[in-house]
Amino acid sequence: MSSNLTLAIVVGVLIASGVTLLLERSLTRILVGIVLIGNGVNILFLMASGPAGNPPIVGDNPTSSMADSLPQAMALTAIVITLGVTAFGLALAYRSWQINGNDDVQDDVEDALIRRLAERDDTSTSFDDSAGGELDEEGSDTEGVDRP
Amino acid sequence: MTHLVSLPVILPLLAAGLCLVFGRSASAQRIISIVVLSTTVTIAAILLYRADQYGPQVVHVGGWPAQLGISLVADRLSALMLLVSSVVTLIVLLYSLGQGISEFGRETPLSVFHPTYLVLSAGVSNAFLSADLFNLFVGFEILLAASYVLITLGGTESRIRSGTTYIVVSLLSSVIFLIGIASVYAATGTTNFADLSGKMADVAPSVQLILQLLLLTAFAIKAAVFPLSSWLPDSYPTAPAPVTAVFAGLLTKVGVYAIIRIQTLIFPDSPLNDLLLWVALATMVVGILGAVAQSDIKRMLSFTLVSHIGYMIFGIALGTDLGLSGAIFYVAHHITIQTTLFLVTGLIELRGGSTALDKLGGLAKASPLLAVMFFIPAMNLAGIPPLSGFLGKLALVEAGTGQPGWLSTVVVVGAIVTSLLTLYAVARAWNRAFWQPRSVDASEVDEFGALYSGHADTQSSPSGQGRGVAVEAYAVDERLPRAMVLPTLALVAVGVGLTLAAGPLFALTSHAAVELHERTPYIQAVLGVSP
Repeated sequence: MSSNLTLAIVVGVLIASGVTLLLERSLTRILVGIVLIGNGVNILFLMASGPAGNPPIVGDNPTSSMADSLPQAMALTAIVITLGVTAFGLALAYRSWQINGNDDVQDDVEDALIRRLAERDDTSTSFDDSAGGELDEEGSDTEGVDRP
Repeated sequence: MTHLVSLPVILPLLAAGLCLVFGRSASAQRIISIVVLSTTVTIAAILLYRADQYGPQVVHVGGWPAQLGISLVADRLSALMLLVSSVVTLIVLLYSLGQGISEFGRETPLSVFHPTYLVLSAGVSNAFLSADLFNLFVGFEILLAASYVLITLGGTESRIRSGTTYIVVSLLSSVIFLIGIASVYAATGTTNFADLSGKMADVAPSVQLILQLLLLTAFAIKAAVFPLSSWLPDSYPTAPAPVTAVFAGLLTKVGVYAIIRIQTLIFPDSPLNDLLLWVALATMVVGILGAVAQSDIKRMLSFTLVSHIGYMIFGIALGTDLGLSGAIFYVAHHITIQTTLFLVTGLIELRGGSTALDKLGGLAKASPLLAVMFFIPAMNLAGIPPLSGFLGKLALVEAGTGQPGWLSTVVVVGAIVTSLLTLYAVARAWNRAFWQPRSVDASEVDEFGALYSGHADTQSSPSGQGRGVAVEAYAVDERLPRAMVLPTLALVAVGVGLTLAAGPLFALTSHAAVELHERTPYIQAVLGVSP
């Protein structure tokens, strides 16, 4: 089976951009990323169905020249599902904005807990401060970081 | 009779629609939900009987041939999963009705809960019965969409926070699954399991490996297998108790079921079994170490949930009849026990006002019934003989030691250590919440407890005196609502019943495992021809 190179490139670009957006903190961007990946996958289904052909209506065309309609049905289903889930995600982002004033995906509770412990604790006796007080950017340092 | 197969999917969906129509009447919704879910339990029992006696029950929806249309199949594995899950769903529904007065109050719209819950049940049934990859995906999406609504029920701050993580991770796994399906279709031209089992053998081994990895990754996220499990303990505990219970019982097991299905049917000679053994070991050990470190019962249980998924993966990875049979037995056992524990935790929260171990104490004296209801499933989870948890672990250990090679022995050792650590974790929870007198010194707790359980604690923390009052109020005898206790007791009884019925159940799971490894009964039933 031969595949269409253009479609393959489109799939790659869509999914790559989607993944980039998925790595963001803001839920809206993540959702846009999911939509892009979703579209990429739908085109992947199109590729899976092979070369384009005539409408798959029995009697109109010989069977050999028909397009494979099964992946198209799957892509349609996937589109509907993506639509529904995206709508819910947007509602969630809006609710998050209502409550917090932003739609960032929050840290794991455990992370926040450990960070708080780190903020409260004095440096341990074995800690060597001469290397410089600044720790990594994730807020492990004790001063000047005011996190919610 | 085979038309029964489609009913567990159709009935809850229709009922969900009806519930929306009767959105104004809470009692009508209750009646519809109870009747439909009870019917589903009955149908699942009949299906299990028929699948056991007469082989897999198949229905081709719309009369389309298997390769083109959607087929629903109930073989022993599917029917057993369906039966256990529908029993659990029904009992949790009854529990949530009992809780309805206290929790689904003004702030959470009751009219949403019933339809969503029924849709969830339909999605789970569809996933268990589905005979092709794409319908499995649809089943997953139905149950996930319902679970998104349930986990953010009421839209409070903590639920939105944890729900966001859950939804993003689930979306990611769905997308990976979808990529997997498209690739499988591109490679073989079908998504039907039975058809795939024949055609996958013709695909080049390297392509097979990629397809298998894609599908396994998608399912492993859903099943919360170790490197992909960190979303679970963060997102489950904030939901209402019955929701957490049904999620813990069912959703991860749907992922495990999917792994069993593709590993046995599509990729029977899997080159990834060693990898799965490692993953199983890591899931067990890392999960239970997380549980040991927790000071909140709900979070502790979420970590044991992750940890015990490892046992099932272990059984699957062994690839022997005994291992698979043990894994299936363990799934049935674990669905029941984990759900029971979360329901009991809901009662603990009601009685003690919290699930943080630092705030609890002396519950055994205050409420002996609650103590018994926690103790039995907790010991069952840890695998104390003669309970079903012990039997399941015994089967897995036996299957593991019977296997040549050092790796399975290592995993067996890991399994036993995990079992002991589980005992430690639940015994610690038991000691601190039920045995020890309650410690009033809770200054440490307030600050961190607020982070865990969200809004409820932040309100009380500024005033130190408010706490003192709460401590006193707790000792006063307040009865637990009977409508919540009875369903919990029923589920505890089901757990004990699994122990009593372990002999027949084990015979059933062994037959199921043999049937899965033979593959021909399933393929023959679906395609109508022998491969």
